[in-house]
Parts: sequence; structure tokens; C-alpha cells
Amino acid sequence: MKIQLKIWRQENARAQGRMVDYELTDINPEMSFLEMLDVLNEQLIQKGDMPVEFDHDCREGICGQCGLFINGRAHGPQEATTTCQLHMRHFKDGDTIYVEPFRSRAFPVIKDLRIDRSAFDRIIQAGGYISTRTGDAPEANAIPIGHDVAEAAFDAAACIGCGACVATCKNASAALFTGAKVSHLAMLPQGQPEAAERARKMVAQMEAEGFGHCTNTGACEVECPQEISIRHIARMNFEYNRAGALKK
Amino acid sequence: MKLDAKIPEGPLQEKWSRYKATCRLVSPNNKKKLDIIVVGAGLAGSSAAASLAEMGYRVKSFCFQDSPRRAHSVAAQGGVNASKNYHNDGDSAFRMFYDTLKGGDFRAREANVYRLAECSANLIDQAVAQGVPFAREYGGYLANRSFGGVQVSRTFYARGQTGQQLLLGAYSALSRQVAEGNVQLFSRHEMLGLVVIDGKARGIIARNLDTGAIERHAAHTVVLATGGYGKIYYLSTLAMGCNGSAIWRAHKKGAGFAAASWTQIHPTCLPQSGAYQSKLTLMSESLRNDGRIWVPKKANDPRPPGEIPEEERDYYLERRYPAFGNLAPRDIASRAAKERIDAGFGVGAQRNAVYLDFAHAIREYGIETIRERYGNLFRMYEKITGHNAYERPMMISPAAHFSMGGLWVDYELMTTIPGLFAIGECNFSDHGANRLGANSLLQACVDGYFILPYTIGNYLAGELGTGKISPEAPEFETAEREVRDQLGRLLTIQGNRTATDYHKELGALLYDKCGVLRTREGLRQAIDDIRALRADFWQNLKVPGGAEQVNSELEKAGRVADYLELAEVMCYDALTREESCGAHFREEHQTADGEAQRRDDQFQFVSVWAYAGPEEEPELHREGLVFETIQPSVRSYK
Ligand code: SF4
Ligand code: FES
Repeated sequence: MKIQLKIWRQENARAQGRMVDYELTDINPEMSFLEMLDVLNEQLIQKGDMPVEFDHDCREGICGQCGLFINGRAHGPQEATTTCQLHMRHFKDGDTIYVEPFRSRAFPVIKDLRIDRSAFDRIIQAGGYISTRTGDAPEANAIPIGHDVAEAAFDAAACIGCGACVATCKNASAALFTGAKVSHLAMLPQGQPEAAERARKMVAQMEAEGFGHCTNTGACEVECPQEISIRHIARMNFEYNRAGALKK
Repeated sequence: MKLDAKIPEGPLQEKWSRYKATCRLVSPNNKKKLDIIVVGAGLAGSSAAASLAEMGYRVKSFCFQDSPRRAHSVAAQGGVNASKNYHNDGDSAFRMFYDTLKGGDFRAREANVYRLAECSANLIDQAVAQGVPFAREYGGYLANRSFGGVQVSRTFYARGQTGQQLLLGAYSALSRQVAEGNVQLFSRHEMLGLVVIDGKARGIIARNLDTGAIERHAAHTVVLATGGYGKIYYLSTLAMGCNGSAIWRAHKKGAGFAAASWTQIHPTCLPQSGAYQSKLTLMSESLRNDGRIWVPKKANDPRPPGEIPEEERDYYLERRYPAFGNLAPRDIASRAAKERIDAGFGVGAQRNAVYLDFAHAIREYGIETIRERYGNLFRMYEKITGHNAYERPMMISPAAHFSMGGLWVDYELMTTIPGLFAIGECNFSDHGANRLGANSLLQACVDGYFILPYTIGNYLAGELGTGKISPEAPEFETAEREVRDQLGRLLTIQGNRTATDYHKELGALLYDKCGVLRTREGLRQAIDDIRALRADFWQNLKVPGGAEQVNSELEKAGRVADYLELAEVMCYDALTREESCGAHFREEHQTADGEAQRRDDQFQFVSVWAYAGPEEEPELHREGLVFETIQPSVRSYK
């Protein structure tokens, strides 16, 4: 396959970025999208240019470190697929592909396509946990949890923290990411005691990081590689409001 | 090099309780004055950092990923073992201990393995308390399944994402400690040097991967939790960034490296499809619970799988190992697959795969049950290969996966450098010559949550008089200079081959000569080839850009430089072990029917390598393995 690439290049967070054109011939449709970028980078290095920096690690769709805006869509054209799991067979010979970083005020560009998502870490630090200490856990089967509850909690817990929801949202809201964690823990008996307060703190941190407000467009759910449902945002709002109501 | 395993006195079942009851403790007041560096933030690193911080120590946590949540423990699919005996199928800590020891072909320390089994039940309790959504039965109790190499159901799982869920549990505990100010997080930092002062580990030199800045970090003790080095084969199930640099650099400062060649080649991965390939994706071993592995009985059979009738299929695992069948342990399953592929029975375009077939299971349990059990794995398979595994068998192939080998540690998980601990996959401890499925998440967690918090206290209790460690000490100066010099050297070669290019060549060479099958001849050849490749690397490497900026090529080059040294030790390790055991299969040492031939009379020891200087042959030391409770037997799965 022959591919035209237009890739965002940006020296660092302060520098001006721009789209740069590249052409690749001989792309095998069985390649993954990132392997295609590997091929480009090997060529750039041989030419004495700097390779394109991009985030990735596991290359199996689970670490959440990859994330590119491809032809105007977070993680590209395939539903429920991370960038690393996207394969060139989904493009056509002669296609022009636009590659940009996930953009959001809260995700500054580090270099080229690589961004800083530490804001997500700080949202979790604000309350995305159950306050238990190593060693103080009761016997695991002491508290039964219904099969369906466990499965539903899992659905929310499956979030990989990639940031596609933010990148695709016109408000750059992190509600799906935050909602998934609030909801995962709120559904479990172990997470119940802190549920409302957790929602309050995590939402406050989300706002402090500069993410926008959720206006329920549902775009995030469409692009989420883990198919996290916006119902979890509703549960977050419920817990958040409960926190307000409980306030003395 | 002195190898004192420090195994506590007393009967096997009491050793760990005795240790805990008698080890020295640090008072809460004093813990605040002690600094601990934890390198690596996967399950072992995060669980250790969180637990130590909860206890009151001051912890710095480092990882090269952009968040601890991304460390490669996240990718473990199948499950985590614990001897809860919820199924009333005869499981116990002792049985789990025996299975693990046998799975490792009796090449691990009894006391360590027993402790792993003993602590396993607690881990499940811990994870559930953190909110890990393990699979549940309809009554609300935890579900279990069975895994390769055992005959009980002791594997707990969270769909096909058990590693992710356990890691997120540890990450949440770590995040809580960050919020409380007890842990300082250094993401996108890579350890490039260990600092040893007066014989004790006192800090690290790290590079900030976002700025290129070289930093000094001092502490009373350093914990390495940097995972495995299976990526040395280039094509592996590991993440792109996984590396052996931290442990290798610690090795060069005096830490013994044990069983370097014991690396697990996992039987159920997606086959390579072309030279551009950057990794091989693992398909969870749990698939072998319901999938049947076969190849056509006719070599180079051109027919699609659906057109090959039952009687013309060779279910070779069921044929060779009737008692365990498709659940034979990994080393055996990989070897059997390679045997069939090499003999010309492989399937797929490149003839480098075998079938994993779910047709029988779908007929028996219905498609919905199979979807619930493995839905996400089937989906992943389809994304990568474009094929639907509900309709046609998966094609799988062996790929490099886990390193049993690593830094030698004693019972306290301390390396041969006082004050340097190694936990999780980066050490050599519990798995012997082959790891059983679902024991790696377990070991990482048990090391981090339950063992290190005790043993590190025993060490730090002797450090109360030390006072703050200064990063201005001359040893930091020297270590920093070494790191800067090496980065400079990598950048100034300006040859014509990229780091990836070298890595691919090394990987192919190593897979061929020091992979599933090994021979004396091949290993000798490999040592020469690796030396030549290393010399070429330092002559012709090309790294663009500079050190004071984001430069992933420079990161790769440093890792490949270390791999080119470690690879040689792996070959010496395999060459000097004139027996076959677990994942180490020497063609010269096999039984008449092609099974591994262990030689307990001569090789009932762990090989521990000491660094002898650049371009010098490493020095072999031995830790004899003493079996007091069980007698090593022939490891049969027939
Ligand atoms: S909610 Fe979905 S899109 Fe957002 S971070 Fe999680 S996995 Fe990514
Ligand atoms: S690289 Fe890990 S999810 Fe894509």
C-alpha cells in the first residue's frame, strides 16, 4: 500500500506545531498503525531526521498509553479499538491519513504526538480508591457480591485511562473517565462508604485540572475503546448530588 | 560472591511465621526518617510502594511509563492463583507449593515457594477489599477456574483482564499514598545507574525522559521491581518499553544474576506475520481450558481447518500427555508446538502456527457461555488478525514471555548487594525453571504487599543511625558521570544502523540458539555472534538528536546496549547447565521419547553469575538446592 501522512510535529510544549507531509510506499495491510509509524521512523532516522515521538507501550490495547487522533477521530476509524490495535487493512491504498495528538488544555503536548496525561493520575489521587490498608482485609468471600453487580463494576473498571473521551469531547470533559472510576467503586459494597465523598473530590479535581463540563453529547462513549457507557456519568452525578445532600 | 539464602530454621510450614515473629521492626517514629526508592510501578512496585508508605516510610516511586497504571502487569490476562480451596477439590497451601515446585522442575527453594503459596489466600482478600471485580458465581461468591499444570481450580480472574484489575487496585492504593504525601511519584523516569556507598545500595541515577535531565536520588535502601527481560528476544509478549537495564546495571555493580537463561516461551501467542512486526500478542492460557490444540496429520496440508476431518487431526498434546492434555504446562506445550511446526505440520500462511479450536466447547456449552468466558480475547483476536474465532480455530504460536531468571535474592528478597532488594519478575526466586500460569501476578503481589514490608524492616532497623544519605557523596558523582558518559558514547557513534535493527538481530539470534531448544554447539556459536554484534553496535549505531531532550531512540539504544551484554550471560548460563529442566531444554539431554532429562546428581543448584568486567567471561557461583520436605521426582504430565 501507498500512504500519504500528514503528521503533527511540535518540538515541545511551548513551541508552535505544524502538520508535516510524509509518504510511505510498501505498507503491508497486516501491519498495525503503530508499526506503520515505526517504518516511517526508521526511514527518518536513516535520513538523519528526528523520528516522530508518539506514546505507546503494551501494543495490545490495555495499557492506555497510545492515543492518536487519526483522520479526526480519537484512536482512528475502528469502533472500540485503541490506536495500537488499529491495523492498516482498514485503510485503502493511496489514502491520506491525518495524525494528530489528543488535544485538550489539560493534556499539554510534550513533543510531536506525545502528551502529558498526568491530570488523570491526579484525579485518581483525589479519591479514586477504597481506603483500605495492606493487611486489614477480611476473608474475600465474607461479603458476597452478585454476579451481575461484579460484572457491571468490571465494565466500569475496564477503563484504560487513554483519554480518548477527553480528546473527542467538544468540552474536553473528563466525565467518562472520572465517572467510570466513581461508578466502579460505588457499585461494590467495599466502595460504598466513601462513594459520595469520592465523587465530590474527584469532580473537584477534574475541574481544577481544566477539563470542561459534561453536556451529555455522548461523543465520549462512541470513541471509548473499552465501550464505557455514559450511564457511569449519571451514577457519578448521582453520587455527587448525594454528597451535596449529605453535607451538614 | 557469598550466597547465603538465610532460610529460617524450623519446619517448612512454620518458617515464615517464625521469621515474622522474630524479625527486627522499625518504630513508627523512626520510619519517617527512612527513605526508600522503588524502581518500577507494576504490581510488585506499586504494591510495595503503597504498603511501605502506609507503614510510614518515605517512598519515592519511579517508572518509565507515563503513569504507574500502565506498567506491563496490566496486560496479564488469565488470572491469579490462590489456595483458597473454595471448590473443595483438595487444594491447600501444601498442594500449591508442590505444584509450583514441580512446575518449576524442582529448581527453586522450598522455603520461598511454600511462602508464596501460604500468602496467596491473603492476596485475594486484599484485592477484593480494594475493589477488584473478580468473577463471581450467581450466589455472589468468587469463581475459580483451572490453569495449566495443575489439577485443581485455584485461579481467580476478572474476565481476561486480571492483571489490569489487580494493577489498578495496587495503583489506587499507591495513589492514595501519593495524595497523603507519603509517596513521591516519578513517572517517565528511567533508572540508569545504581549508587553503592560502602558496599550498600544508597540511591539511583535516573533520567527524566521528558526533559533528558539526569537526576540523583538518595535513599537508605533501593527496591528494584522492574519486571522481566523477555523483550530481549525483540519479538515477545512484553510491552515495547520493558527492559532489563535496571537489573543489568545493578548486576554490574555487584548483584548476582541467577538463572539468566530460564525464560519462558509462552505457547499461546499470535504468530508473526511479517518482518515489520513489533510484538507478539499473548492469548491467555485460560483459553486452553476450553480450546483444543491440533495440527493436521498430513504435513503442509493446504486445506482450511474446517475441511480437515476429525480423524485427520493430530491433537498432539492430548496424544502425548493424556493426563493433562491441553492443560500441559507452558514449557511442554511450547516445545510440543515447536516440534510439530519444525516437522512441517505448522499451519497458516507462514506455516508457523498451530490451531486452537473452540468448536467442541461451543457445541458443548453454547456460544453464549464461551462468549462470556473469553469474549474480549476473541474480540482482540479478531482485531489483530481479522478472523472470527467463533467460526474458525485460532492460530497460535509460541513467543517469549516471562523471565524466571533475574537478580538472585535471599529469603528476604535482598540481592547480593546489601540494601538492594529485588521483587516480582525481576528477581529469581519462586518459579524455578518454569513458571506456572497465574503465578506471576501472585508473586508480584505477594512480594510487594506481604513479604518486603517485613524483610525491608529487618534491614532498615540496622540503618537508624545512618542519617540522611546525601546525593552529593562522591559515589553519586561517579555514578552520574558513568551515566552521562554512556549516553554521550551512544550519541557520538553516528553510524548507519538503528537500535531497533540491532535489537531485531539479537532477538532472532537468541530465539534460535537460546530459545525453546538449545545445544552446546549453538550456544557457543551464539556467544561469538553476540560479541561480534556488540562490537558492531558500538561502531555503527545511529542515534539521532541529543541527550537533553525527549529522545526515544536514545532510550532504546541504552536498553539494547544492556541486552547485548545480558544475552551473553544467558548463553553461558544455558551452556554450562548440562541438563534439561523446565524451560531450559538442551537437545543433548532428553529421554528416548523426547522429554526433558534433569540431572539432579550434578545440577541441583541455581547458577548465579557475577560480573567480571567488560568483555570478560562471567563468573559462575552456585546455590545448592536442598530439599527437606519433598523429594524431586521426574516431572511427568503424562
Ligand atoms: S473512559 Fe474510555 S476513552 Fe475515557 S479514558 Fe477510559 S478507556 Fe479511555
Ligand atoms: S499501546 Fe497500550 S493500549 Fe495501545
